[in-house]
Amino acid sequence: MSITPDNPAELSRRTLLGRTAAAGLLATGAVSLLGACATSGSEEGATKAEEGTKSAANPLGVKDDAPLEVVIFNGGYGEKYATDVHEPLYKKAFPKAEIKHQSTQAVSTVLQPRFASGNPPEFVNNSGEKLIDFGSLVADGQLMNLTELWDAPSVDDPNKKVRDTVVPGTVEAGSFNGKPYVLYYVSTVFGIWYSGKLFRDNGWAPAKTWSEFTALLDKIKAKGITPYGYAGANAAYYQWNVILTHAAKIGGTDVLKNIDNLEDGAWQQDAVKQAAAAWAEIGAKYVDKSFEGLKHTDVQLRQNQYKLAFYPSGDWLEGEQKKDTPAGFEYQLMPVPSLSASDKLPATALRATAGEGYFVSAKSKNPRGGLEYMRQMLSVAGAKGFTEVVKAPTVVTAGSEGFAFPPGVASSQGALKAAGQDVFNLYFDGWYKELDTEARTATNELMFGRINADAFCERIQKRADAISKDSSVAKFKR
Amino acid sequence: MRHGKYPFVIGFLFAPVTLYVVFVIAPYAQAFQISMTNWRGLSAPQWVGFDNYRRLLDDGSFWKAVQHHGVLLLALPLITIAIALFFAFLLNVGGRSVGGQRQGVAGSKFYRVVFFFPQVLAVAIIAVLFQMVYRPNESGLINGVLMKLGLDPVLFLIRPNLALWSIIAVLVWQAVGFYVVLFSAGMASIPGEIYEAAEMDGATRVTLFFRVTLPLLWDTLQVAWVYLGIAAFDAFAIVAVLSVDSGGPDGATTVLAMEIYRNAFVYSKYGYASAMGVALFFLTITFAALTLRLTKRESVEY
Repeated sequence: MSITPDNPAELSRRTLLGRTAAAGLLATGAVSLLGACATSGSEEGATKAEEGTKSAANPLGVKDDAPLEVVIFNGGYGEKYATDVHEPLYKKAFPKAEIKHQSTQAVSTVLQPRFASGNPPEFVNNSGEKLIDFGSLVADGQLMNLTELWDAPSVDDPNKKVRDTVVPGTVEAGSFNGKPYVLYYVSTVFGIWYSGKLFRDNGWAPAKTWSEFTALLDKIKAKGITPYGYAGANAAYYQWNVILTHAAKIGGTDVLKNIDNLEDGAWQQDAVKQAAAAWAEIGAKYVDKSFEGLKHTDVQLRQNQYKLAFYPSGDWLEGEQKKDTPAGFEYQLMPVPSLSASDKLPATALRATAGEGYFVSAKSKNPRGGLEYMRQMLSVAGAKGFTEVVKAPTVVTAGSEGFAFPPGVASSQGALKAAGQDVFNLYFDGWYKELDTEARTATNELMFGRINADAFCERIQKRADAISKDSSVAKFKR
Repeated sequence: MRHGKYPFVIGFLFAPVTLYVVFVIAPYAQAFQISMTNWRGLSAPQWVGFDNYRRLLDDGSFWKAVQHHGVLLLALPLITIAIALFFAFLLNVGGRSVGGQRQGVAGSKFYRVVFFFPQVLAVAIIAVLFQMVYRPNESGLINGVLMKLGLDPVLFLIRPNLALWSIIAVLVWQAVGFYVVLFSAGMASIPGEIYEAAEMDGATRVTLFFRVTLPLLWDTLQVAWVYLGIAAFDAFAIVAVLSVDSGGPDGATTVLAMEIYRNAFVYSKYGYASAMGVALFFLTITFAALTLRLTKRESVEY
């Protein structure tokens, strides 16, 4: 009765403040409690993985009735290939297992909380604009090591290991510091795309050398068509990809290896500078200034309307544009032309890799089921089914044999064959997202004439140096 | 009546306070906690003390964003309030005097509704709309007309020194309607006799505005200034959807929320992003406290 104010209306400002502070203290207590659960995902909380007995039919030791959760990115390839091809294959091998299928367009939004709470799904197709950073996943020990999968006997031929049934470089493409964590499944070839019809109608031929290329661009410009362009608003990496591909052709594949390994001065190598200078000139003379403000869909549509001649991209382009491409457009791929006779790699050399990443969560309940799902994907039946549904070749060598691809993919597969051993890849954008962002920004600055090649190399190098010194970023080597 | 007062009060407060603590205070406080760690959003975070804050000091994009907030903080309230005041004045007292009562300009009821339209649209929709308006080629709303007239297109979002102002223009366009309504309500409560008296003394419209309307509207203006200032610390949705290369070209339009988003959800640096969030929190609080203190002055009783 003593400290209660006699009249509630007299509750002074001071007591009110005091009480607010007390409430605040209470809140802090509640917070530490909450904090404990939002950022948990503790080590000891890891669930015990299900395991069965290994046999010839079950080389990975899957427990035959353990459920499996599959999350598919519902993007350019859709989700049908999983529900109609891969999941039935798994089900056929393990009829007792229950498969829970989920698809999403925002992988990180859906899955990040699941990882944080230590309950990730077994199998994930980590792709799209909102993918979870692979580097962080690896650094946090969230991914299952795939060595066992690659060394397991393949579904179709027990005498052949899975790693011998895929295109060379597939295992490396998904490796971090030499350990395979990610399965990149779709064979992807990068280059500069044009319409076969437009070129035939005008009597133009794709260029092999730099002088041929600029002469051709002049002819196209005279026709009133924008000769070359990419989308600065959201797809500048299509263009740094061209610049770096060019650099690798000029100076050899070690140029890219140095960049990936964050070597001192990697971005200031002569080859990178020469390539940047060459493309800065293309930017100044042949690219429409408005492209910096356009999205990739806008620019790709302009190409379909025959208003743009050359567009750099990967070979998913044809499938992506299927709805907007006029009949007879005929996508064709041209490798980046060589700069001079002293280039280290021939004109046919190109960047190709496996794309579209899949992983198995190490901390899920049934990781062996995830590995087995991958083994089924990599069977001839799995690969053929995928190719038939999405019209794109997989990394399984026997999977695309005898399949009639549409003109664009046929042309990129032809170019890949012509390149022979001169095929290379780069990794820094997947390992260090910050460096990718900087390269995109710098590429726009270079191509739209605000900085020169030296400044381009210098500013990206500066960011690369900062990342290499940053102890909070996990480093990768190849 | 006194008996059982506290159980009664506590009973009523329990639910809202719990909700507030769980959904508002807890995440705030947790941001402070996470900002001291190197959390990547996946497994358990490690404590790193003030490392993230030290890193902020030499992060170029962070300071660029802070600088843009400075520009926004001056430009957004000034321009919005000026335009909104002008419109509100015309709508309420800018017209002829009928029977001694000042009226708005002809059709003011209609304009009032029209001005409020942008406020009804979701911010993301406005951003998408302005993508069409600003589009740099012949299919853009503005540039389509310019190019038909044979003029060069204006690269609104592309030219580094024009991009931020193009963004500010959208923010102003969206905000004006609300403040017209706010100021109209304020003006409606100013007694007509004051205007009548001033007019009899021969005051022109300009004098009326500066000597009568403005001083009597001071409290409302102050509120508007704080609201707009806080809006100037946000601007995320418009920048994220509208700007080139997410806050570009070369960071020319970036804001703190954009950098927080990028660090958290693109680079997976949740700890560092939280440190930026904490910095933003203090900037906003400081601004609100300063404004309320500086604009304190005797309000006129009427």
